[in-house]
Amino acid sequence: MTNLDASPIRRSTRPAADRRDRRTAVRTAAKHLGLILLALIMLYPVLWMAVSSLRPNDEIFRSPGLVLDGLQAENYPLGWEALASPFGHYMINSAIVVVGAIIGNLVSCSMAAYAFARLDFTGKRWWFAIMLGTIMLPIHVIIVPQYIMFSQIGWVNTFLPLIVPKMLATDAFFVFLMVQFIRGLPRELDEAARIDGAGHPRIFLRVILPLMVPALATTTIFTFIWTWNDFFSQLIYLTDPDMYTVPVALRSFVDSTVATSWGSMFAMSVVSLIPIFLAFLIGQRFLIKGIATTGIK
Amino acid sequence: MVLATATRPQAASTPPAPPRRRSRRSPGRRQEGLAGYVFLSPWLIGLMAVTAFPVLFSLYLSFTNYDILSSWDMLEWVGTANYEKIFTTDPIFWKSVRVTLTYALIAIPLKLTASLGVALLLNRERRGIGLFRSAFYLPSLLGGSVALALVWVAIFNGEGSFNSFLSLFGIQGEPWINDPDWALGTLMVLSVWQFGGPMVIFLAGLKQVPTELYEAASVDGASRVRQFFHVTLPMLSPVIFFNLVLETIHGFQGFTSAYVISNGSGGPVYSTKIYTLMIYDKGFTDFQMGYASALAWIFLIAIGLITVVFFSTGRFWVHYSDGGDS
Repeated sequence: MTNLDASPIRRSTRPAADRRDRRTAVRTAAKHLGLILLALIMLYPVLWMAVSSLRPNDEIFRSPGLVLDGLQAENYPLGWEALASPFGHYMINSAIVVVGAIIGNLVSCSMAAYAFARLDFTGKRWWFAIMLGTIMLPIHVIIVPQYIMFSQIGWVNTFLPLIVPKMLATDAFFVFLMVQFIRGLPRELDEAARIDGAGHPRIFLRVILPLMVPALATTTIFTFIWTWNDFFSQLIYLTDPDMYTVPVALRSFVDSTVATSWGSMFAMSVVSLIPIFLAFLIGQRFLIKGIATTGIK
Repeated sequence: MVLATATRPQAASTPPAPPRRRSRRSPGRRQEGLAGYVFLSPWLIGLMAVTAFPVLFSLYLSFTNYDILSSWDMLEWVGTANYEKIFTTDPIFWKSVRVTLTYALIAIPLKLTASLGVALLLNRERRGIGLFRSAFYLPSLLGGSVALALVWVAIFNGEGSFNSFLSLFGIQGEPWINDPDWALGTLMVLSVWQFGGPMVIFLAGLKQVPTELYEAASVDGASRVRQFFHVTLPMLSPVIFFNLVLETIHGFQGFTSAYVISNGSGGPVYSTKIYTLMIYDKGFTDFQMGYASALAWIFLIAIGLITVVFFSTGRFWVHYSDGGDS
């Protein structure tokens, strides 16, 4: 590192400062322009998808632009009915999985986090290290035996393999996120409750949980987005078209329509992303805070 | 990363312990230990049943010829045959390893550079920062979806909109996703496009750098570039390390985009056959569960080794301002 002691000498350089001001103004404008351009490039694929869903099929590939000539909304009803069931059916399936996963994560991860952050028990350090280790464990390593296990007990083509693991806190990042959050809460509150005669269940439910609402919100939003987007495990466990969730149904567009109708596929892609977009708008504060503090995404 | 668990004295209600021995067996402590395990029980059951058991079970399976279609009686112990086959005669394994490594070695550094670069730009900017941050962050939430993978197909196929755009300038584009030389590249672009996640972490890290350091450096006459290399980078190195570990693990686990863009095949000519796709194929298309388990264990060991390398080299370049692991 350089020596960072402030030097006491300051030269007064008025004309030079003026020139520097002008130069920084130009530089700021250029930077702004660059940022706007970059933002447009970043959003282009999403915007183009939305615009293309309102174009007739034969126009989609010929028009890389984002300006619509006319509005062609018929892709939406066409896409909604294009698969075996109306698209709403898959949205409901996804919603069931998402709600189950959110409840599971909230309950099980907060309990584990309370134990790690506030209670003292033998082997805690070990369990905590193991918990951190499981964050790095790729699901692809355990998916084969897990599938065998769940198929033996007849859970394939049910939502249970997607929900039950969440009830058992297998999403360890959320445990970690909540541990970090609880550690930041003043211990005096627990102590006061304990002096008043509250046991651990009471302290957890009445003191800690109400205070960790921001961490719970972050968990809810991330679980929502990840589960809604999750393709791998839903592809593996849901093979019956009646049980398809949104990502699996959307993918089946490619197989089902003989000449893939891009317009209706894009229409349903837009529909499938609306919940994510809403979650982003509503929960942006928690999302940004959440990844900033723990680095999850 | 924060590994040190809190070891503050606990249980104020318990009477002070005799000085000779730590009061491991005092009723308060035992009660707390019990409560600890009660609160931990869902996680513990999950760890045993949904994580640890499958990991060990897959190790066992990797030495068998198990396929889910035939009954358990058909299961045979085949020793290291699966591993031998993978390393010597499997026509796809080494291709897939090369594809995966190429993808990781190019996409991850690009993504991290992009996220740090944009974070630096945004950090200086005051006006409209929230709007820009949202615009850059949003793709990282959408990018993993099937919908965006389909959009990528539409943009980067031979007749796609990217080529229509190029033709405006008289350029004849490649058939991108259908060209073995370019298909993986489109996956990398999709990955780099999602740089918003690490960017937000970098932005949070940049806020932690004390402004006095920059003031002092500029008083000393250090240029912007010098300040970047001598103040920003060292102060940010824990965050860089964190993002590097995270993105690497994340990068090796990509599946959705490769599966959707290649329509499940990993083609053209295995050019997008990333490792996870190969595991999926062996396990759930060919139903060779034993073989797939062997592939999965090789994957697990490789990821473990990479993590160890990161954490053991980290101490040489990661600078903690408080002098210890925070």
